[in-house]
Amino acid sequence: MPRRTSPKRPTASVTATVCFADPKRILMVQVIWDGLFVGSFYALIALGYSMVYGIIKLLNFAHGDIYMLGAFIGFAALTSLGGIPATLSIGALLVVMLLSMVLTGGAGVLIERFAYRPLRGAPRLAVLITAVGVSFSLEYGIAAIAGPNPRAFPIRLEGNVFNIIGARISLPQIILILIAGVLMILLNFYVQKTSTGRAMRSISLDRNASLLMGINVNQVISRTFFIGSALAGAAGVMAGAYYGKIDFLMGFIIGLKAFTAAVIGGIGNIKGAMLGGLVLGFVEAFGSEWFGGQWRDVFAFAVLILFLTLRPTGILGERVTERV
Amino acid sequence: MAMLEFDNVEVFYGKVQALRGISLRVDEGEIVALLGNNGAGKTTTLSTASALVKAHSGKIAFNGADISKAQPWNVVGAGLIHVPEGRRIFSTLTVLENLQLGGYLVKDRSVVAKRIEHVYELLPLLAERRAQQGGTLSGGEQQMLAIGRGLIAGPKMLMLDEPSMGLAPLIVAQVMQVISEIRDQGTTVLLVEQNARAALKVTDRAYVIEDGVTTMEGKADDLLADPRIIDAYLGA
Ligand SMILES: Nc1ncnc2c1ncn2[C@@H]1O[C@H](COP(=O)(O)OP(=O)(O)OP(=O)(O)O)[C@@H](O)[C@H]1O
Ligand SMILES: [Mg+2]
Repeated sequence: MPRRTSPKRPTASVTATVCFADPKRILMVQVIWDGLFVGSFYALIALGYSMVYGIIKLLNFAHGDIYMLGAFIGFAALTSLGGIPATLSIGALLVVMLLSMVLTGGAGVLIERFAYRPLRGAPRLAVLITAVGVSFSLEYGIAAIAGPNPRAFPIRLEGNVFNIIGARISLPQIILILIAGVLMILLNFYVQKTSTGRAMRSISLDRNASLLMGINVNQVISRTFFIGSALAGAAGVMAGAYYGKIDFLMGFIIGLKAFTAAVIGGIGNIKGAMLGGLVLGFVEAFGSEWFGGQWRDVFAFAVLILFLTLRPTGILGERVTERV
Repeated sequence: MAMLEFDNVEVFYGKVQALRGISLRVDEGEIVALLGNNGAGKTTTLSTASALVKAHSGKIAFNGADISKAQPWNVVGAGLIHVPEGRRIFSTLTVLENLQLGGYLVKDRSVVAKRIEHVYELLPLLAERRAQQGGTLSGGEQQMLAIGRGLIAGPKMLMLDEPSMGLAPLIVAQVMQVISEIRDQGTTVLLVEQNARAALKVTDRAYVIEDGVTTMEGKADDLLADPRIIDAYLGA
Protein backbone atom coordinates (compact mmCIF):
# COMPACT_ATOMS: atom_id res chain seq x y z
CA MET A 1 0.00 0.00 0.00
CA PRO A 2 1.51 3.33 -1.03
CA ARG A 3 2.00 5.95 1.63
CA ARG A 4 -0.50 8.77 1.63
CA THR A 5 2.20 11.40 1.92
CA SER A 6 3.84 10.66 -1.39
CA PRO A 7 5.80 13.68 -2.60
CA LYS A 8 4.32 13.33 -6.09
CA ARG A 9 0.81 13.93 -4.92
CA PRO A 10 -0.61 16.97 -6.70
CA THR A 11 -1.97 19.56 -4.33
CA ALA A 12 -4.25 21.32 -6.78
CA SER A 13 -7.14 18.90 -6.53
CA VAL A 14 -7.04 19.03 -2.77
CA THR A 15 -7.32 22.76 -2.52
CA ALA A 16 -10.18 22.79 -4.98
CA THR A 17 -12.44 20.94 -2.61
CA VAL A 18 -11.75 23.01 0.46
CA CYS A 19 -14.75 22.93 2.65
CA PHE A 20 -15.61 22.90 6.29
CA ALA A 21 -15.13 19.18 7.03
CA ASP A 22 -12.00 17.19 7.46
CA PRO A 23 -10.07 17.62 4.19
CA LYS A 24 -8.76 14.06 4.20
CA ARG A 25 -12.25 12.67 4.36
CA ILE A 26 -13.42 14.95 1.56
CA LEU A 27 -10.61 13.70 -0.55
CA MET A 28 -11.45 10.07 0.12
CA VAL A 29 -15.10 10.50 -0.81
CA GLN A 30 -14.17 12.27 -4.02
CA VAL A 31 -11.68 9.61 -5.01
CA ILE A 32 -14.08 6.79 -4.20
CA TRP A 33 -16.76 8.47 -6.28
CA ASP A 34 -14.42 8.97 -9.22
CA GLY A 35 -13.35 5.34 -8.98
CA LEU A 36 -16.94 4.16 -8.89
CA PHE A 37 -17.82 6.25 -11.91
CA VAL A 38 -14.98 5.13 -14.14
CA GLY A 39 -15.20 1.62 -12.74
CA SER A 40 -18.81 1.19 -13.80
CA PHE A 41 -17.79 1.97 -17.40
CA TYR A 42 -15.02 -0.58 -17.19
CA ALA A 43 -17.43 -3.10 -15.70
CA LEU A 44 -19.94 -2.70 -18.54
CA ILE A 45 -17.28 -3.39 -21.12
CA ALA A 46 -15.49 -6.07 -19.10
CA LEU A 47 -18.73 -8.04 -19.00
CA GLY A 48 -18.71 -8.67 -22.72
CA TYR A 49 -15.07 -9.65 -22.61
CA SER A 50 -15.66 -12.06 -19.80
CA MET A 51 -18.89 -13.58 -21.11
CA VAL A 52 -17.34 -14.30 -24.48
CA TYR A 53 -14.21 -15.71 -22.92
CA GLY A 54 -16.31 -17.86 -20.62
CA ILE A 55 -18.34 -19.39 -23.38
CA ILE A 56 -15.82 -19.88 -26.20
CA LYS A 57 -12.48 -19.19 -24.50
CA LEU A 58 -11.76 -16.40 -26.96
CA LEU A 59 -10.06 -13.14 -26.00
CA ASN A 60 -12.15 -10.94 -28.23
CA PHE A 61 -9.74 -8.10 -28.82
CA ALA A 62 -12.29 -6.41 -31.05
CA HIS A 63 -14.54 -5.85 -28.06
CA GLY A 64 -13.21 -2.37 -27.26
CA ASP A 65 -13.98 -1.36 -30.83
CA ILE A 66 -17.60 -2.38 -30.38
CA TYR A 67 -17.69 0.31 -27.68
CA MET A 68 -16.29 2.76 -30.23
CA LEU A 69 -18.84 1.56 -32.79
CA GLY A 70 -21.60 2.17 -30.25
CA ALA A 71 -20.42 5.73 -29.75
CA PHE A 72 -20.41 6.37 -33.52
CA ILE A 73 -23.85 4.84 -33.99
CA GLY A 74 -25.07 7.16 -31.24
CA PHE A 75 -23.35 10.05 -32.99
CA ALA A 76 -24.97 9.21 -36.33
CA ALA A 77 -28.42 8.77 -34.82
CA LEU A 78 -28.29 12.02 -32.87
CA THR A 79 -26.90 13.93 -35.83
CA SER A 80 -29.74 12.73 -38.04
CA LEU A 81 -32.26 13.74 -35.39
CA GLY A 82 -31.00 17.30 -35.60
CA GLY A 83 -30.88 19.77 -32.71
CA ILE A 84 -32.12 18.40 -29.41
CA PRO A 85 -33.17 20.79 -26.68
CA ALA A 86 -31.11 20.38 -23.54
CA THR A 87 -34.19 19.43 -21.52
CA LEU A 88 -34.76 16.39 -23.71
CA SER A 89 -31.19 15.24 -23.81
CA ILE A 90 -31.64 12.47 -21.23
CA GLY A 91 -34.60 11.01 -23.10
CA ALA A 92 -32.80 11.30 -26.42
CA LEU A 93 -29.78 9.66 -24.87
CA LEU A 94 -31.80 6.69 -23.66
CA VAL A 95 -33.53 6.17 -27.00
CA VAL A 96 -30.29 6.45 -28.94
CA MET A 97 -28.58 4.19 -26.46
CA LEU A 98 -31.18 1.48 -27.03
CA LEU A 99 -30.82 1.80 -30.77
CA SER A 100 -27.08 1.62 -30.49
CA MET A 101 -27.31 -1.44 -28.25
CA VAL A 102 -29.44 -3.28 -30.80
CA LEU A 103 -27.06 -2.40 -33.64
CA THR A 104 -23.82 -3.15 -31.79
CA GLY A 105 -25.41 -6.35 -30.52
CA GLY A 106 -26.18 -7.29 -34.11
CA ALA A 107 -22.65 -6.39 -35.14
CA GLY A 108 -21.31 -8.69 -32.42
CA VAL A 109 -23.49 -11.52 -33.68
CA LEU A 110 -22.28 -11.02 -37.26
CA ILE A 111 -18.65 -10.87 -36.19
CA GLU A 112 -19.01 -14.12 -34.31
CA ARG A 113 -20.90 -15.77 -37.15
CA PHE A 114 -18.52 -14.84 -39.93
CA ALA A 115 -15.14 -14.26 -38.29
CA TYR A 116 -14.99 -16.58 -35.28
CA ARG A 117 -17.38 -19.47 -35.88
CA PRO A 118 -15.59 -20.76 -38.99
CA LEU A 119 -12.45 -20.98 -36.84
CA ARG A 120 -13.96 -23.04 -34.06
CA GLY A 121 -11.55 -25.83 -33.32
CA ALA A 122 -8.71 -23.94 -34.99
CA PRO A 123 -5.59 -23.18 -32.92
CA ARG A 124 -6.05 -20.40 -30.37
CA LEU A 125 -3.48 -18.20 -32.05
CA ALA A 126 -5.37 -18.20 -35.35
CA VAL A 127 -8.52 -17.00 -33.62
CA LEU A 128 -6.62 -14.39 -31.64
CA ILE A 129 -5.07 -12.99 -34.79
CA THR A 130 -8.49 -12.91 -36.38
CA ALA A 131 -9.78 -10.92 -33.42
CA VAL A 132 -7.01 -8.39 -33.89
CA GLY A 133 -7.92 -8.26 -37.58
CA VAL A 134 -11.56 -7.62 -36.74
CA SER A 135 -10.42 -4.87 -34.39
CA PHE A 136 -8.45 -3.13 -37.13
CA SER A 137 -11.31 -3.54 -39.59
CA LEU A 138 -13.71 -1.84 -37.22
CA GLU A 139 -11.29 0.96 -36.39
CA TYR A 140 -10.28 1.80 -39.91
CA GLY A 141 -13.72 1.06 -41.30
CA ILE A 142 -15.12 3.76 -39.05
CA ALA A 143 -12.19 6.05 -39.82
CA ALA A 144 -12.97 5.65 -43.52
CA ILE A 145 -16.66 6.42 -43.04
CA ALA A 146 -16.55 9.11 -40.35
CA GLY A 147 -13.10 10.51 -40.95
CA PRO A 148 -10.00 10.19 -38.82
CA ASN A 149 -10.51 13.32 -36.75
CA PRO A 150 -12.30 13.41 -33.39
CA ARG A 151 -15.97 14.35 -33.63
CA ALA A 152 -17.94 16.36 -31.14
CA PHE A 153 -20.84 14.36 -29.72
CA PRO A 154 -24.15 16.08 -30.56
CA ILE A 155 -25.43 16.08 -27.00
CA ARG A 156 -23.52 16.80 -23.91
CA LEU A 157 -24.99 15.79 -20.59
CA GLU A 158 -25.01 18.73 -18.31
CA GLY A 159 -26.48 19.17 -14.92
CA ASN A 160 -26.09 20.39 -11.42
CA VAL A 161 -23.05 19.57 -9.44
CA PHE A 162 -23.86 18.50 -5.93
CA ASN A 163 -21.61 18.75 -3.00
CA ILE A 164 -22.14 15.52 -1.10
CA ILE A 165 -20.03 15.17 2.04
CA GLY A 166 -17.52 17.33 0.29
CA ALA A 167 -17.27 15.45 -2.98
CA ARG A 168 -18.27 17.04 -6.26
CA ILE A 169 -20.84 14.77 -7.81
CA SER A 170 -22.58 15.79 -10.99
CA LEU A 171 -26.05 14.83 -12.11
CA PRO A 172 -24.81 13.24 -15.37
CA GLN A 173 -22.48 11.05 -13.38
CA ILE A 174 -25.33 9.90 -11.18
CA ILE A 175 -27.50 9.18 -14.21
CA LEU A 176 -24.80 7.23 -15.98
CA ILE A 177 -23.97 5.15 -12.93
CA LEU A 178 -27.66 4.39 -12.51
CA ILE A 179 -27.97 3.28 -16.14
CA ALA A 180 -24.90 1.09 -15.79
CA GLY A 181 -26.23 -0.36 -12.55
CA VAL A 182 -29.63 -1.16 -14.05
CA LEU A 183 -28.02 -2.85 -17.07
CA MET A 184 -25.85 -4.97 -14.80
CA ILE A 185 -28.77 -5.97 -12.58
CA LEU A 186 -30.76 -7.00 -15.66
CA LEU A 187 -27.83 -8.98 -16.99
CA ASN A 188 -27.32 -10.71 -13.70
CA PHE A 189 -30.97 -11.69 -13.59
CA TYR A 190 -30.78 -12.99 -17.14
CA VAL A 191 -27.71 -15.09 -16.49
CA GLN A 192 -28.81 -16.45 -13.12
CA LYS A 193 -32.50 -17.01 -13.63
CA THR A 194 -33.33 -17.69 -17.25
CA SER A 195 -32.90 -20.86 -19.18
CA THR A 196 -30.58 -19.21 -21.72
CA GLY A 197 -28.50 -17.82 -18.86
CA ARG A 198 -28.17 -21.27 -17.36
CA ALA A 199 -27.15 -22.59 -20.76
CA MET A 200 -24.45 -19.90 -21.01
CA ARG A 201 -23.03 -21.05 -17.71
CA SER A 202 -23.24 -24.72 -18.59
CA ILE A 203 -21.51 -24.21 -21.95
CA SER A 204 -18.67 -22.41 -20.15
CA LEU A 205 -18.25 -25.45 -17.94
CA ASP A 206 -18.73 -28.29 -20.42
CA ARG A 207 -19.69 -27.75 -24.02
CA ASN A 208 -20.33 -31.39 -24.97
CA ALA A 209 -22.39 -32.11 -21.89
CA SER A 210 -24.43 -29.00 -22.78
CA LEU A 211 -25.07 -30.43 -26.23
CA LEU A 212 -26.42 -33.55 -24.56
CA MET A 213 -28.93 -31.35 -22.72
CA GLY A 214 -30.32 -30.34 -26.11
CA ILE A 215 -28.80 -26.87 -25.99
CA ASN A 216 -28.29 -25.31 -29.39
CA VAL A 217 -24.82 -24.09 -28.59
CA ASN A 218 -24.54 -21.84 -31.65
CA GLN A 219 -27.68 -19.99 -30.71
CA VAL A 220 -26.54 -19.44 -27.13
CA ILE A 221 -23.13 -18.23 -28.30
CA SER A 222 -24.86 -15.75 -30.63
CA ARG A 223 -26.95 -14.44 -27.75
CA THR A 224 -23.84 -14.06 -25.64
CA PHE A 225 -22.18 -11.97 -28.32
CA PHE A 226 -25.34 -9.92 -28.71
CA ILE A 227 -25.58 -9.10 -25.02
CA GLY A 228 -21.88 -8.46 -24.49
CA SER A 229 -21.68 -6.20 -27.55
CA ALA A 230 -24.88 -4.36 -26.62
CA LEU A 231 -23.46 -3.52 -23.20
CA ALA A 232 -20.28 -2.18 -24.80
CA GLY A 233 -22.39 -0.17 -27.25
CA ALA A 234 -24.35 1.34 -24.37
CA ALA A 235 -21.09 2.31 -22.67
CA GLY A 236 -19.89 3.91 -25.91
CA VAL A 237 -22.95 6.17 -26.16
CA MET A 238 -22.69 7.05 -22.50
CA ALA A 239 -19.01 7.93 -22.87
CA GLY A 240 -19.76 10.09 -25.92
CA ALA A 241 -22.44 12.01 -24.06
CA TYR A 242 -20.28 12.42 -20.99
CA TYR A 243 -16.92 13.33 -22.49
CA GLY A 244 -18.38 15.05 -25.55
CA LYS A 245 -15.79 13.77 -27.97
CA ILE A 246 -15.37 10.52 -29.86
CA ASP A 247 -12.76 9.13 -32.23
CA PHE A 248 -12.12 5.88 -34.02
CA LEU A 249 -9.37 4.76 -31.66
CA MET A 250 -11.29 5.44 -28.47
CA GLY A 251 -11.92 1.73 -27.96
CA PHE A 252 -8.31 0.70 -27.86
CA ILE A 253 -7.21 1.71 -24.38
CA ILE A 254 -10.58 1.05 -22.86
CA GLY A 255 -10.57 -2.41 -24.42
CA LEU A 256 -7.29 -3.12 -22.67
CA LYS A 257 -8.68 -1.71 -19.45
CA ALA A 258 -11.78 -3.87 -19.72
CA PHE A 259 -9.59 -6.88 -20.35
CA THR A 260 -7.65 -5.92 -17.21
CA ALA A 261 -10.88 -5.62 -15.26
CA ALA A 262 -12.02 -9.02 -16.49
CA VAL A 263 -8.72 -10.58 -15.43
CA ILE A 264 -8.86 -8.92 -12.02
CA GLY A 265 -12.30 -10.31 -11.37
CA GLY A 266 -11.56 -13.72 -12.84
CA ILE A 267 -12.04 -13.96 -16.58
CA GLY A 268 -15.15 -15.85 -17.59
CA ASN A 269 -16.87 -14.90 -14.36
CA ILE A 270 -19.69 -12.39 -14.70
CA LYS A 271 -19.78 -11.13 -11.14
CA GLY A 272 -16.00 -11.02 -11.38
CA ALA A 273 -16.17 -8.68 -14.38
CA MET A 274 -18.37 -6.26 -12.47
CA LEU A 275 -16.15 -6.44 -9.41
CA GLY A 276 -12.98 -6.20 -11.51
CA GLY A 277 -14.30 -3.06 -13.24
CA LEU A 278 -14.92 -1.37 -9.93
CA VAL A 279 -11.63 -2.50 -8.45
CA LEU A 280 -9.78 -1.17 -11.48
CA GLY A 281 -11.68 2.11 -11.23
CA PHE A 282 -10.64 2.47 -7.59
CA VAL A 283 -7.04 1.45 -8.28
CA GLU A 284 -6.82 4.14 -10.94
CA ALA A 285 -8.56 6.79 -8.89
CA PHE A 286 -6.40 6.22 -5.84
CA GLY A 287 -3.28 5.78 -7.93
CA SER A 288 -3.76 9.09 -9.71
CA GLU A 289 -4.68 10.79 -6.49
CA TRP A 290 -1.55 9.63 -4.72
CA PHE A 291 0.95 9.69 -7.54
CA GLY A 292 -0.54 11.96 -10.17
CA GLY A 293 -2.87 11.44 -13.11
CA GLN A 294 -0.03 10.65 -15.51
CA TRP A 295 0.42 7.33 -13.64
CA ARG A 296 -3.16 6.21 -14.15
CA ASP A 297 -2.55 3.74 -16.99
CA VAL A 298 0.69 2.55 -15.47
CA PHE A 299 -1.28 1.56 -12.41
CA ALA A 300 -3.94 -0.23 -14.40
CA PHE A 301 -1.49 -2.30 -16.38
CA ALA A 302 0.77 -2.98 -13.41
CA VAL A 303 -2.27 -4.50 -11.72
CA LEU A 304 -2.93 -6.55 -14.85
CA ILE A 305 0.60 -7.94 -14.81
CA LEU A 306 0.44 -8.58 -11.07
CA PHE A 307 -2.73 -10.58 -11.46
CA LEU A 308 -1.54 -12.48 -14.50
CA THR A 309 1.59 -13.59 -12.68
CA LEU A 310 0.34 -14.00 -9.11
CA ARG A 311 -3.32 -14.88 -9.46
CA PRO A 312 -4.33 -15.53 -13.06
CA THR A 313 -7.71 -16.84 -11.93
CA GLY A 314 -8.58 -13.38 -10.57
CA ILE A 315 -10.40 -12.50 -7.39
CA LEU A 316 -13.43 -14.68 -7.96
CA GLY A 317 -11.83 -17.42 -10.03
CA GLU A 318 -11.77 -21.02 -8.82
CA ARG A 319 -13.72 -20.55 -5.68
CA VAL A 320 -15.46 -23.83 -6.06
CA THR A 321 -14.72 -26.97 -4.22
CA GLU A 322 -14.60 -29.59 -6.89
CA ARG A 323 -14.26 -33.31 -6.72
CA VAL A 324 -12.50 -35.15 -9.47
CA MET B 1 -40.79 -51.98 -33.25
CA ALA B 2 -37.20 -50.91 -33.41
CA MET B 3 -36.62 -47.75 -31.45
CA LEU B 4 -32.92 -47.35 -32.17
CA GLU B 5 -31.22 -49.05 -35.05
CA PHE B 6 -27.58 -48.99 -36.20
CA ASP B 7 -26.80 -50.39 -39.60
CA ASN B 8 -23.11 -51.01 -40.27
CA VAL B 9 -21.97 -47.68 -38.80
CA GLU B 10 -18.36 -46.58 -39.22
CA VAL B 11 -16.70 -43.69 -37.42
CA PHE B 12 -13.28 -42.10 -37.73
CA TYR B 13 -11.43 -39.78 -35.37
CA GLY B 14 -9.15 -38.10 -37.86
CA LYS B 15 -7.37 -41.02 -39.48
CA VAL B 16 -8.09 -43.44 -36.66
CA GLN B 17 -11.06 -45.69 -37.25
CA ALA B 18 -12.98 -46.24 -34.01
CA LEU B 19 -16.08 -48.00 -35.34
CA ARG B 20 -15.67 -50.53 -38.14
CA GLY B 21 -19.20 -51.78 -38.47
CA ILE B 22 -21.69 -51.44 -35.65
CA SER B 23 -25.10 -52.97 -36.24
CA LEU B 24 -27.64 -53.24 -33.47
CA ARG B 25 -31.26 -52.66 -32.65
CA VAL B 26 -33.09 -51.80 -29.46
CA ASP B 27 -36.83 -52.35 -29.39
CA GLU B 28 -39.33 -50.23 -27.56
CA GLY B 29 -39.55 -51.13 -23.87
CA GLU B 30 -36.37 -53.18 -23.90
CA ILE B 31 -33.30 -52.78 -21.77
CA VAL B 32 -30.22 -53.75 -23.73
CA ALA B 33 -26.58 -53.87 -22.64
CA LEU B 34 -23.54 -52.98 -24.71
CA LEU B 35 -20.47 -54.86 -23.49
CA GLY B 36 -16.85 -54.58 -24.53
CA ASN B 37 -13.32 -53.96 -23.34
CA ASN B 38 -11.63 -50.61 -22.98
CA GLY B 39 -11.34 -48.89 -26.31
CA ALA B 40 -13.77 -51.25 -28.04
CA GLY B 41 -15.95 -48.34 -29.18
CA LYS B 42 -18.87 -48.34 -26.74
CA THR B 43 -18.72 -44.64 -25.92
CA THR B 44 -18.19 -43.78 -29.57
CA THR B 45 -21.32 -45.75 -30.43
CA LEU B 46 -23.42 -43.72 -27.99
CA SER B 47 -21.81 -40.44 -29.05
CA THR B 48 -22.61 -41.19 -32.66
CA ALA B 49 -26.24 -41.83 -31.79
CA SER B 50 -26.41 -38.50 -29.93
CA ALA B 51 -24.66 -36.76 -32.85
CA LEU B 52 -21.66 -35.57 -30.85
CA VAL B 53 -19.66 -37.56 -33.37
CA LYS B 54 -20.57 -37.85 -37.04
CA ALA B 55 -20.89 -41.22 -38.71
CA HIS B 56 -18.61 -41.73 -41.69
CA SER B 57 -20.91 -44.32 -43.23
CA GLY B 58 -23.85 -46.50 -42.29
CA LYS B 59 -27.29 -45.58 -41.02
CA ILE B 60 -28.70 -44.68 -37.64
CA ALA B 61 -32.44 -44.52 -37.19
CA PHE B 62 -34.42 -43.45 -34.16
CA ASN B 63 -38.12 -44.30 -34.24
CA GLY B 64 -37.77 -44.81 -37.96
CA ALA B 65 -36.21 -41.40 -38.68
CA ASP B 66 -32.64 -41.14 -39.96
CA ILE B 67 -30.59 -39.27 -37.35
CA SER B 68 -27.12 -39.82 -38.77
CA LYS B 69 -27.01 -36.24 -40.10
CA ALA B 70 -28.91 -34.63 -37.21
CA GLN B 71 -27.64 -32.05 -34.74
CA PRO B 72 -27.32 -33.06 -31.07
CA TRP B 73 -30.24 -30.84 -30.03
CA ASN B 74 -32.48 -32.48 -32.64
CA VAL B 75 -31.63 -35.89 -31.25
CA VAL B 76 -32.47 -34.73 -27.72
CA GLY B 77 -35.65 -33.16 -29.06
CA ALA B 78 -36.62 -36.49 -30.60
CA GLY B 79 -36.39 -38.10 -27.15
CA LEU B 80 -33.07 -39.94 -27.31
CA ILE B 81 -31.07 -38.94 -24.24
CA HIS B 82 -27.42 -39.77 -23.62
CA VAL B 83 -26.11 -39.83 -20.05
CA PRO B 84 -22.38 -39.56 -20.69
CA GLU B 85 -19.44 -41.47 -19.31
CA GLY B 86 -17.95 -39.78 -16.27
CA ARG B 87 -21.28 -38.13 -15.36
CA ARG B 88 -20.32 -34.69 -16.64
CA ILE B 89 -22.21 -32.82 -13.95
CA PHE B 90 -22.02 -29.01 -14.26
CA SER B 91 -19.88 -28.67 -11.19
CA THR B 92 -20.52 -25.07 -10.17
CA LEU B 93 -24.24 -25.23 -10.88
CA THR B 94 -26.60 -26.43 -8.20
CA VAL B 95 -28.30 -29.81 -8.26
CA LEU B 96 -31.55 -28.07 -9.15
CA GLU B 97 -29.93 -26.11 -12.00
CA ASN B 98 -28.40 -29.30 -13.35
CA LEU B 99 -31.84 -30.89 -13.38
CA GLN B 100 -33.41 -27.81 -14.99
CA LEU B 101 -30.84 -27.97 -17.77
CA GLY B 102 -31.95 -31.51 -18.46
CA GLY B 103 -35.30 -29.96 -19.40
CA TYR B 104 -33.79 -27.27 -21.62
CA LEU B 105 -35.92 -28.17 -24.63
CA VAL B 106 -39.15 -28.66 -22.69
CA LYS B 107 -41.21 -25.56 -23.38
CA ASP B 108 -43.69 -25.96 -20.53
CA ARG B 109 -42.03 -25.04 -17.25
CA SER B 110 -44.65 -26.73 -15.14
CA VAL B 111 -43.85 -30.01 -16.89
CA VAL B 112 -40.19 -29.55 -15.96
CA ALA B 113 -41.14 -28.80 -12.35
CA LYS B 114 -43.32 -31.92 -12.23
CA ARG B 115 -40.57 -34.10 -13.63
CA ILE B 116 -38.07 -32.69 -11.16
CA GLU B 117 -40.45 -33.63 -8.34
CA HIS B 118 -40.71 -37.10 -9.82
CA VAL B 119 -36.93 -37.43 -9.93
CA TYR B 120 -36.74 -36.30 -6.30
CA GLU B 121 -39.15 -39.14 -5.45
CA LEU B 122 -37.12 -41.67 -7.38
CA LEU B 123 -33.82 -40.35 -6.00
CA PRO B 124 -34.58 -38.79 -2.61
CA LEU B 125 -30.95 -37.99 -1.87
CA LEU B 126 -31.05 -35.38 -4.66
CA ALA B 127 -33.99 -33.63 -3.03
CA GLU B 128 -31.99 -33.00 0.13
CA ARG B 129 -29.12 -31.59 -1.88
CA ARG B 130 -31.01 -29.50 -4.39
CA ALA B 131 -29.28 -26.23 -3.45
CA GLN B 132 -25.79 -27.74 -3.29
CA GLN B 133 -23.26 -27.34 -6.10
CA GLY B 134 -23.17 -30.43 -8.30
CA GLY B 135 -19.40 -30.74 -8.00
CA THR B 136 -19.63 -31.24 -4.25
CA LEU B 137 -21.69 -34.44 -4.51
CA SER B 138 -20.09 -37.85 -4.02
CA GLY B 139 -19.44 -40.03 -7.06
CA GLY B 140 -22.56 -42.11 -6.50
CA GLU B 141 -24.69 -39.01 -5.95
CA GLN B 142 -23.32 -37.44 -9.11
CA GLN B 143 -24.25 -40.55 -11.05
CA MET B 144 -27.79 -40.36 -9.69
CA LEU B 145 -27.89 -36.69 -10.65
CA ALA B 146 -26.67 -37.47 -14.16
CA ILE B 147 -29.41 -40.07 -14.56
CA GLY B 148 -32.01 -37.79 -13.01
CA ARG B 149 -30.97 -34.96 -15.32
CA GLY B 150 -31.44 -37.27 -18.28
CA LEU B 151 -34.97 -38.07 -17.14
CA ILE B 152 -36.12 -34.44 -17.04
CA ALA B 153 -36.12 -34.30 -20.82
CA GLY B 154 -38.84 -36.95 -20.78
CA PRO B 155 -36.81 -39.48 -22.76
CA LYS B 156 -38.32 -42.14 -24.95
CA MET B 157 -34.97 -43.85 -24.72
CA LEU B 158 -32.06 -43.40 -22.32
CA MET B 159 -28.47 -44.32 -23.19
CA LEU B 160 -26.32 -44.75 -20.10
CA ASP B 161 -22.53 -44.91 -20.41
CA GLU B 162 -20.88 -46.87 -17.60
CA PRO B 163 -23.07 -45.64 -14.75
CA SER B 164 -21.33 -48.01 -12.33
CA MET B 165 -17.83 -46.73 -13.03
CA GLY B 166 -15.87 -46.07 -9.85
CA LEU B 167 -18.74 -46.92 -7.53
CA ALA B 168 -18.73 -49.30 -4.57
CA PRO B 169 -20.62 -52.59 -5.13
CA LEU B 170 -23.51 -51.54 -2.90
CA ILE B 171 -23.96 -48.31 -4.88
CA VAL B 172 -23.69 -50.20 -8.17
CA ALA B 173 -26.61 -52.34 -7.04
CA GLN B 174 -28.61 -49.19 -6.24
CA VAL B 175 -27.85 -47.68 -9.63
CA MET B 176 -28.92 -50.87 -11.39
CA GLN B 177 -32.09 -50.87 -9.30
CA VAL B 178 -32.87 -47.33 -10.42
CA ILE B 179 -32.23 -48.27 -14.05
CA SER B 180 -34.67 -51.15 -13.94
CA GLU B 181 -37.27 -48.88 -12.31
CA ILE B 182 -36.82 -46.42 -15.15
CA ARG B 183 -37.48 -49.18 -17.65
CA ASP B 184 -40.48 -50.37 -15.68
CA GLN B 185 -41.89 -46.87 -15.98
CA GLY B 186 -41.75 -47.20 -19.75
CA THR B 187 -38.41 -45.82 -20.90
CA THR B 188 -36.29 -47.91 -23.25
CA VAL B 189 -32.69 -48.25 -22.05
CA LEU B 190 -29.35 -48.89 -23.72
CA LEU B 191 -26.76 -49.57 -21.05
CA VAL B 192 -23.00 -49.53 -21.65
CA GLU B 193 -21.10 -51.45 -19.01
CA GLN B 194 -17.71 -52.89 -18.23
CA ASN B 195 -19.30 -54.52 -15.24
CA ALA B 196 -20.96 -57.22 -17.34
CA ARG B 197 -22.24 -59.23 -14.44
CA ALA B 198 -24.14 -56.31 -12.94
CA ALA B 199 -25.42 -55.28 -16.36
CA LEU B 200 -26.64 -58.69 -17.46
CA LYS B 201 -28.66 -59.03 -14.26
CA VAL B 202 -30.97 -56.18 -15.24
CA THR B 203 -30.97 -56.39 -19.02
CA ASP B 204 -33.05 -58.39 -21.50
CA ARG B 205 -30.43 -58.66 -24.21
CA ALA B 206 -26.86 -57.61 -24.86
CA TYR B 207 -24.43 -56.89 -27.68
CA VAL B 208 -20.70 -57.35 -27.49
CA ILE B 209 -18.42 -54.89 -29.26
CA GLU B 210 -14.87 -55.85 -30.11
CA ASP B 211 -12.50 -53.44 -31.81
CA GLY B 212 -15.32 -51.35 -33.28
CA VAL B 213 -17.45 -54.25 -34.52
CA THR B 214 -20.55 -55.82 -32.97
CA THR B 215 -19.55 -59.47 -32.72
CA MET B 216 -22.16 -61.12 -30.51
CA GLU B 217 -25.77 -60.67 -29.57
CA GLY B 218 -27.99 -62.67 -27.29
CA LYS B 219 -30.44 -62.88 -24.42
CA ALA B 220 -28.90 -61.90 -21.10
CA ASP B 221 -29.43 -65.34 -19.59
CA ASP B 222 -27.81 -67.09 -22.55
CA LEU B 223 -24.82 -64.76 -22.47
CA LEU B 224 -24.36 -65.28 -18.74
CA ALA B 225 -23.93 -68.98 -19.52
CA ASP B 226 -21.83 -68.54 -22.67
CA PRO B 227 -18.23 -69.69 -22.07
CA ARG B 228 -16.78 -67.00 -24.36
CA ILE B 229 -18.54 -64.30 -22.35
CA ILE B 230 -17.55 -65.87 -19.07
CA ASP B 231 -13.92 -65.96 -20.13
CA ALA B 232 -13.76 -62.49 -21.59
CA TYR B 233 -16.09 -60.40 -19.48
CA LEU B 234 -17.21 -62.19 -16.34
CA GLY B 235 -13.87 -63.36 -15.00
CA ALA B 236 -13.28 -67.04 -14.30
N1 LIG C 1 -11.87 -37.96 -29.27
C1 LIG C 1 -11.15 -38.99 -29.75
N2 LIG C 1 -10.12 -38.75 -30.58
C2 LIG C 1 -9.39 -39.76 -31.08
N3 LIG C 1 -9.60 -41.05 -30.80
C3 LIG C 1 -10.62 -41.35 -29.98
C4 LIG C 1 -11.43 -40.33 -29.41
N4 LIG C 1 -12.35 -40.93 -28.63
C5 LIG C 1 -12.11 -42.24 -28.71
N5 LIG C 1 -11.08 -42.51 -29.52
C6 LIG C 1 -10.57 -43.83 -29.86
O1 LIG C 1 -11.63 -44.60 -30.35
C7 LIG C 1 -11.59 -45.91 -29.84
C8 LIG C 1 -12.89 -46.25 -29.14
O2 LIG C 1 -12.99 -45.42 -27.98
P1 LIG C 1 -14.27 -45.43 -27.05
O3 LIG C 1 -14.12 -44.33 -26.09
O4 LIG C 1 -15.49 -45.45 -27.87
O5 LIG C 1 -14.10 -46.83 -26.31
P2 LIG C 1 -14.93 -47.44 -25.10
O6 LIG C 1 -15.40 -48.76 -25.54
O7 LIG C 1 -15.95 -46.49 -24.63
O8 LIG C 1 -13.80 -47.62 -24.00
P3 LIG C 1 -13.90 -47.47 -22.41
O9 LIG C 1 -14.47 -48.73 -21.92
O10 LIG C 1 -12.47 -47.33 -21.98
O11 LIG C 1 -14.71 -46.29 -22.10
C9 LIG C 1 -10.37 -45.97 -28.93
O12 LIG C 1 -9.32 -46.56 -29.65
C10 LIG C 1 -10.05 -44.54 -28.62
O13 LIG C 1 -8.68 -44.35 -28.47
MG1 LIG D 1 -16.25 -45.47 -22.89
